[in-house]
Amino acid sequence: MKIKTKFFAGCQDIVGKREIEIEVEEGMTAGKLLERLIKDNPGLESLAKNSLLSINMEYTSLDTLLGEGDEVVLIPPVSGGGDV
Amino acid sequence: MFEIKRDPLHVEEVVDKVKSDSSGAIATFIGTVRNESMGKRVLYLEYDAYEEMAIKKLREIGEEIKKKWEIDKIAVTHRIGRLDIGERSVVIAVSAPHRKDALLACQYIINRIKEIVPIWKKEVWEDGETWVGKQ
Repeated sequence: MKIKTKFFAGCQDIVGKREIEIEVEEGMTAGKLLERLIKDNPGLESLAKNSLLSINMEYTSLDTLLGEGDEVVLIPPVSGGGDV
Repeated sequence: MFEIKRDPLHVEEVVDKVKSDSSGAIATFIGTVRNESMGKRVLYLEYDAYEEMAIKKLREIGEEIKKKWEIDKIAVTHRIGRLDIGERSVVIAVSAPHRKDALLACQYIINRIKEIVPIWKKEVWEDGETWVGKQ
């Protein structure tokens, strides 16, 4: 099945792309996908330690099963807003 | 009521969105780009966003607020892309029948943005740059 992943901020700097599609086997979890992304882009490893994962724009855990067409995104620590 | 844009932000436009006849107060927060960070001179900031998810999370914050305080309307506009020193990064406006609710809700929104809304900022200094947050 096909999974879409997008890269933002520091992740985009490391991967060099905004968006990729990956073919994965059924039964793959978000955590396994992350391992594969890190294998392909070793620079993501340290960033991933402090990041969250989202599936279809909702924060999720590593053991969540992926489905066809899911959009999986590694979310580094956020820093939007302004000075407070 | 929730927007992400690349152009300069106008406070009045965001405030106008929350005007309501039942409101006795409008509280606003404006985030601006500071020229210094951890002792380094900042040249400019670069903001990035996962836009669709950011809007979704802003809407959720709006729902959280309506459970906590008596609020009329909420508007948040966040700017992304390159921002120079002194420019506005975010404008928040909250209208409510009473000022206390408006002020508390406004502070809550900016704090929650920094927790759950996927927007990132990169500081660019004279001798380097970094994405802010423990990365």
